[in-house]
Amino acid sequence: MAAEMLSYIDRKSPVHQLTGVTKLICFILWSTAAMLTYDTRILLFLFLISILIFIISKIKFEEILFVLVFILVFLFINNVAIYVFSPQEGVKIYGSSHVLFEISGRYNVTLEQLFYQLNITLKYFTVIPAALLFIVTTHPSEFAASLNRIGVSYRISYAVSLALRYIPDVQRDFRNIARAQQARGLDMSRKEKLPKRIKNAASILAPLILSSLNKIDTISNAMELRGFGKNKKRTWYSARPFQKSDYFAIALFTILFIVTLIITFHDGSRFYNPF
Amino acid sequence: MKENNLSIKTIVAIGIGAAVFVILGRFASIPTGIPNSNIETTYAFLALMSIIFGPVAGGLIGLIGHALKDLIFYGSIWWSWVVVSLLVGFLIGLASKSIDIESGEFGTKKIITFNIVQVIVQAIGWFLVAPSLDILIYAEPANKVFLQGLVVGISNMVTVAVIGTLLLLLYAKTRSQKGSLDKE
Amino acid sequence: MRKRVIEFHNFSFKYYSQKNPTLKNIHLNIYEGEKVLIVGPSGSGKSTIGHCINGLIPFSYKGEMTGSLKVMGQETKELNIFALSKMVGTVLQDPDGQFIGLTVGEDIAFALENDCTPQKEMFEIVKDASKMVEMDDYLPASVHHLSGGQKQRVSLAGVMVDKVDILLFDEPLANLDPATGKYAMALIDKIQKETNTTVVIIEHRLEDVLYRHVDRIIVVNDGSIVADMSPDQLLTTNILEETNIREPLYIKAVKYAGCKLTEDMHPADFNQFKADLCRKNLLEWFEDSNPKTPSKEGKPILELKNISFSYSPGHETIKDVSFSINKGEMVSIVGKNGAGKSTITKLICGFEKPSSGSILFNGKDITNETIKERSLKIGMVMQNPNHMISKHMIFDEVALGLKVRGVAEAEIKERVDNTLKICGLYPFRNWPISALSFGQKKRVTIASILVLEPEIIILDEPTAGQDFRHYTDIMEFLVQLNRQGVTIMMITHDMHLMLEYTERAIVFAEGRKIADDSAVNVLSDIDIIEQANLKETSLYNLALKTGIPEPRKFVERFIEYDREVRQVGSRDAILY
Repeated sequence: MAAEMLSYIDRKSPVHQLTGVTKLICFILWSTAAMLTYDTRILLFLFLISILIFIISKIKFEEILFVLVFILVFLFINNVAIYVFSPQEGVKIYGSSHVLFEISGRYNVTLEQLFYQLNITLKYFTVIPAALLFIVTTHPSEFAASLNRIGVSYRISYAVSLALRYIPDVQRDFRNIARAQQARGLDMSRKEKLPKRIKNAASILAPLILSSLNKIDTISNAMELRGFGKNKKRTWYSARPFQKSDYFAIALFTILFIVTLIITFHDGSRFYNPF
Repeated sequence: MKENNLSIKTIVAIGIGAAVFVILGRFASIPTGIPNSNIETTYAFLALMSIIFGPVAGGLIGLIGHALKDLIFYGSIWWSWVVVSLLVGFLIGLASKSIDIESGEFGTKKIITFNIVQVIVQAIGWFLVAPSLDILIYAEPANKVFLQGLVVGISNMVTVAVIGTLLLLLYAKTRSQKGSLDKE
Repeated sequence: MRKRVIEFHNFSFKYYSQKNPTLKNIHLNIYEGEKVLIVGPSGSGKSTIGHCINGLIPFSYKGEMTGSLKVMGQETKELNIFALSKMVGTVLQDPDGQFIGLTVGEDIAFALENDCTPQKEMFEIVKDASKMVEMDDYLPASVHHLSGGQKQRVSLAGVMVDKVDILLFDEPLANLDPATGKYAMALIDKIQKETNTTVVIIEHRLEDVLYRHVDRIIVVNDGSIVADMSPDQLLTTNILEETNIREPLYIKAVKYAGCKLTEDMHPADFNQFKADLCRKNLLEWFEDSNPKTPSKEGKPILELKNISFSYSPGHETIKDVSFSINKGEMVSIVGKNGAGKSTITKLICGFEKPSSGSILFNGKDITNETIKERSLKIGMVMQNPNHMISKHMIFDEVALGLKVRGVAEAEIKERVDNTLKICGLYPFRNWPISALSFGQKKRVTIASILVLEPEIIILDEPTAGQDFRHYTDIMEFLVQLNRQGVTIMMITHDMHLMLEYTERAIVFAEGRKIADDSAVNVLSDIDIIEQANLKETSLYNLALKTGIPEPRKFVERFIEYDREVRQVGSRDAILY
């Protein structure tokens, strides 16, 4: 149960110094670019840049290792699944077939399939460091202010802040409740039969959910008493002013984004075809 | 929501709802016995919140909760599925008016309505939207993602039907008027 | 004439969900710069008065309101909650529900943010406010690293930023350990003197509030004001006793001794109290008493041997703790917040695994047994009953643990009915749990553990948030269980509970056991009191002050006598 979660890691680095707004915009641009493109060259290029940013951020590899291990396992299973379900997907996309070695019919290993799966993996590798970096270098307090700054209403931005604020509390309550119920014999692990497991789960969830609903009442009273929602706008204690580096970073990422789109779509296909 | 703006209570419900979504999504899944496939209890909770607080809250709990869960625990966001959570939360929430859980009454008719709605909504989400987005964004093979959607969708329909209905029943009872209770 | 800041005039209020009005024809004036304490048992309407002052009524809780309530000269129903919040700053009871920001600075700034205060100005105001509550070194600290007392101080700073005219505290002591509670009262006093704000405190722990001067006490009972007078005057009457509010212990002792209290003896302030005048009575009363029966010796049922534990490597939460509990004992576990009390109980129940050491039950090593196996021997009742209740009906809730263990239907019925009878819940067995009070819910959770027939029950803060009557009910009920052979361990912050009901107390500080002695001895050892954030009892100090020999014996004598008197009075209450 002692699952680790990613959280802000305090360091002094150029990446940390950027405001939350900048990092949020860059993160969105980056993710969109990486999601749209399938051009191997661009993916490779973006991947290298993300490694570079990672080094600049002074985040240590060990600090995010547990997530990486999880993602690698996921990617491995996903790759196997893709191969099992659609071993000729690459041939379909690139329109040629270079068989490397034969297994049997459909499952013959082709260069195209390997290249296609390499692309998929690369794509995850491009998206992941950016998201990881965003979460470990942005102070959660800046989150809501940043969302508000890029145009999300402050009410919804504040809901995000509340979620971040109360996740550890809910986790603590969940642990306590689950164990107390377990002590009464309610188990939702493999030791019980499946239908009973599901029923027990409902009994474990009920106290957590009902007490969370009570919490909603208390918190909304507290917020109301302190004037939340009084004005159309609100200011943010933890917002940070833009520096030169912020403008620079946003400009750089915007250019990167546009270039990516141009290279990806200039020939009408998201895929780079070396064959 | 009577006002145009979301009420404070709805905002808080979104925040707390998202926090609970994150924790349930990470810790409260029921192992099925088949490796790597757990029954998620999250959607039962999401359905409950949508019915209580309506479509906007439901949708935003799905969006924020799922996105934060992915970010905090897995370091990256699987947008295709996040969108489905948003959609499921929003669409189930559309039934909140007709079910009117605050009345304290959640009889057979309403249970059936709720379940028809959740099955349709989740069918759209898991059988259609999730796989389509997977193909669009990640260019994954069609047959793989549709099968994935089918398995996930059916298991979520079952959990919402069982746990979601149970939670709604329990919640409805806490809403009922105290009436004339007598000691026996 | 002094300015009236709060004026209730013939004011009544009825919640829509309730049949009868909660407040009935209230007349009450509170003047500028006054410090007023509102006391009353649960359900008396004291919190409702608070809600009316800060505007949660009628803007958040709906109901029927008649008569007039003016705050700062303005009729509240013609204002809105935001305008009211500029005049009345509220510090709520639940420190976690009230602390909304992620860091100290942010939370203090919350109201300013909502007012669109420019950031620069905000930094300055926040800095000043945090200094006032002595939290200025913690501005960047995350909420998750703060203690309950610190959170409360932040909440106080958070309402101070608005330069409010009135500060309203809703049960400020409920979640604090005794020493922190004392500190909180001193801080409130200091702030009031510096800013000349009007302070309204709603609390039922009277003695703890009177640690600092209070101008006036309002006693609320059953929706009406039954007393409105100076603390000195109030303590000379029987009003507190009649409304089931616990009087300060030294007052109670003096009254038992038959000493007549008058206002000019200044009974409300212990330091000024002319206790000498009662010396003779006290001495006579003391000598009158019979010596106490010595405590029984039993066989150890639970033994902890050299237990250590850490949540994260390098930081030990529990350090080499050993103790043993005898069969049939009733023991208190005390210590400041975060000292490791809850962790110890988690280790005993198997919720966590110790990193070294062993746990023995009836001489048998159970260190490696699972939660479920241990739950048949050791039952754990959590502090918040809402964290345990998952069924709608009382019967089903209590039966749950037996059902999942596959006990036969007929046996379930018999055992549940029996348990419900023991717990005084049998008449309510077909009630929905949502219709019960907090204290009754607590009893349901005790019943749901009891039905599994454990030999030891561990309770986390069994009486937190309970008024005196419910406190007595629950504790007397536990005493009865104890007499039937159930061994009981309690985590508590209530010094009087520990004195009154448990012979032995185990004291924790910084993850170590620092004392394991009789409750009376623990509370007369200044060293331990300071290390563990406890509070000396005013009985002991009274004995010192009046020069009674053997102050410890005096404390014991009081406890014994008080128990007898109250048992006669509360027997009906126990059975309902």
